[in-house]
Amino acid sequence: MTSGPAPSSDLPAEPLVRFESVSKRFGNVAAVDRLSLDIYSNEFFALLGPSGCGKTTLLRLLAGFERPDEGRIMLGGRDIAATPPHRRPVNMMFQNYALFPHLTVAGNVAFGLRQDGLAKAAIAARVEEMLALVKLEGLGHRRPDQLSGGQRQRVALARSLAKRPQVLLLDEPMAALDRKLREQTQFELMELQARLGLTFVIVTHDQSEAMTVAHRIAVMDRGRVVQAATPAEIYERPQSRWVAEFVGDVNLIEGIVLKTDAGEAVIGDKRGRRYRVAADVAAGAQISIALRPEKIRIHAGPAPPDAPNTMRGKVCDVGYLGSVSTYKVQLDDGVVVKATVANVARTSGEILRTNDNVWLSWPPDAAIVLTA
Amino acid sequence: MTKRSSQMDSGSGVSLGARLIVAAPYLWLLGFFLVPFLIVLKISLSESAIAQPPYLPVLDLTAGLRGLRDFVSGLSFTNYFTIAGDDLYLFSYLKSLEVAAVSTTILLVCGVPLAYAMARAPRAAQPLLVTLVMLPFWTSFLIRVYAWINILQRDGLLNQALIRLGLVEEPTTWLATDTAVYIGLVYSYLPFMVLPAYASFEKFDESLLEAAADLGCPRWRTFFVITLPLAWRGLAAGALLCFVPIVGEFVVPDLLGGSEATMIGQTLWTEFFANRDWPAASAVAVALLVLLLAPIAIYQHLQTREIKVRQ
Repeated sequence: MTSGPAPSSDLPAEPLVRFESVSKRFGNVAAVDRLSLDIYSNEFFALLGPSGCGKTTLLRLLAGFERPDEGRIMLGGRDIAATPPHRRPVNMMFQNYALFPHLTVAGNVAFGLRQDGLAKAAIAARVEEMLALVKLEGLGHRRPDQLSGGQRQRVALARSLAKRPQVLLLDEPMAALDRKLREQTQFELMELQARLGLTFVIVTHDQSEAMTVAHRIAVMDRGRVVQAATPAEIYERPQSRWVAEFVGDVNLIEGIVLKTDAGEAVIGDKRGRRYRVAADVAAGAQISIALRPEKIRIHAGPAPPDAPNTMRGKVCDVGYLGSVSTYKVQLDDGVVVKATVANVARTSGEILRTNDNVWLSWPPDAAIVLTA
Repeated sequence: MTKRSSQMDSGSGVSLGARLIVAAPYLWLLGFFLVPFLIVLKISLSESAIAQPPYLPVLDLTAGLRGLRDFVSGLSFTNYFTIAGDDLYLFSYLKSLEVAAVSTTILLVCGVPLAYAMARAPRAAQPLLVTLVMLPFWTSFLIRVYAWINILQRDGLLNQALIRLGLVEEPTTWLATDTAVYIGLVYSYLPFMVLPAYASFEKFDESLLEAAADLGCPRWRTFFVITLPLAWRGLAAGALLCFVPIVGEFVVPDLLGGSEATMIGQTLWTEFFANRDWPAASAVAVALLVLLLAPIAIYQHLQTREIKVRQ
């Protein structure tokens, strides 16, 4: 899904932005808690987490609106923790856009350039260029309150890009847009980032947005980064139960490793079921099996005898979402497992109904074993 | 467009009670502003006389149509010619405008930073600060001006303090000077400047300041290019609330000021109470009103223009 370079495989040696055990407290609450994080040049980087996890504070620390209580914030090898916001080569697109209501669209875009004392002709040319970039040609004379929400968002984007910042910060930039416009804007942002070769850091609480736009995602919880990796890595190899549950849907099965053999572990849960999982774990360890709903196969009749990890149950809830259907299946002992099936045929969604008896199965490499 | 709006237009669906509520402010203005103004206007066109009331002509309703004709023919613009012809009035008006302009400027310089600091203060402290600004209203205005006489007189608090601090050798004369008038006016009108200014700073979107800083604008410049242009309406309202009553101010210049150059309010008082010339006093008052319409009209014009631009 990502365009441009995917820096995970070949990260350059020197990060553009580096947080070194940065802390920021408000009263007794640590909004950011001894956090370390590297962001590389040309990356589209997402800070993802529930509200109150500190992602916005982290962005504001980078913009200079907050000063860290501890730690260093490096930009291009220079500590900028004490640099005021107006001297940082970093620009921010605000969640509410923060357009100046008394200035025209062109005046808003030109605002940053005027601060640099550029010549009038140069400013005008740059404003034209920026308005063309966000497809707002000819609207330069309008005032912000004469624009639609989507147009205002574009003005905010043009204004924050006008000074060619080393890092563009985006604070929930699409929160106020409707779904269709949001999806369209996501792809436009990706395309812009690739074309301009800038570093984008986006804050979002929407995981699908983060996974769509970002090369790498830092999942945050209570002021710390719990995992920073590519979207695929975070989804398919979450490092903790918390990440697995926060990003996407997941079935979690608690158990103990009974034995391991050639990269495959046999795991027993407290109800006596056995599972075969491809994992490298020590026997006797307390673990959780994380199983994404779309990796479970659902059979209307008894599963083939060679199918691994089969479970019998009864459909207790059907959710038809158009492209996929989700089934909640209650196993014989009462545990509910969620399975998602793509509706490949037009009649797929009508095959299984509530209270039907079904069999579930999943291959050993579909699940991941979590020790944290 | 719809049935509903056409009904609103014809007014047929509006109940009597609703109409009364809409009419209330107009009735108020009619009864307590327009009618008294027309009376004053009529008196200004009359002639001073030793009579009860002390002017002529008086409309004699018992004389019928002839009485009305006599009444109308008795009216004249003589008093306005007198005012225009006498330097005393002209200087009085100019003096009032000067005092009002200077003290409004001082009020802006003192009041705007104060209001800005209040709006930037911690949220929890703001109601207390607003209360503190309004606190002087709990004491009678006259008493507070008399207190200033006490402070400013030759052996008053101000001179005592200055001598004790070694700043002056001899007591300075404060009372009965223009300085005293300015001190009194700025003191009296400060809340009228601070409160509207505070109201417009207080609802200010903080993220605009952050956006300006983010785009490379230092704090002090942000105040001039973002805060002031967006808050000007509150500041203009405050300035107008001070300027207009100061032009007609009587108490402060009469109690604290000198006698050499009087403001128009004092001139009016003299005409009315000392000379018992009601028509001349009324003419002065009408001229003052016309004079004050100008700044109000300018403010209105700017405001409607801004609204038009926004649409």
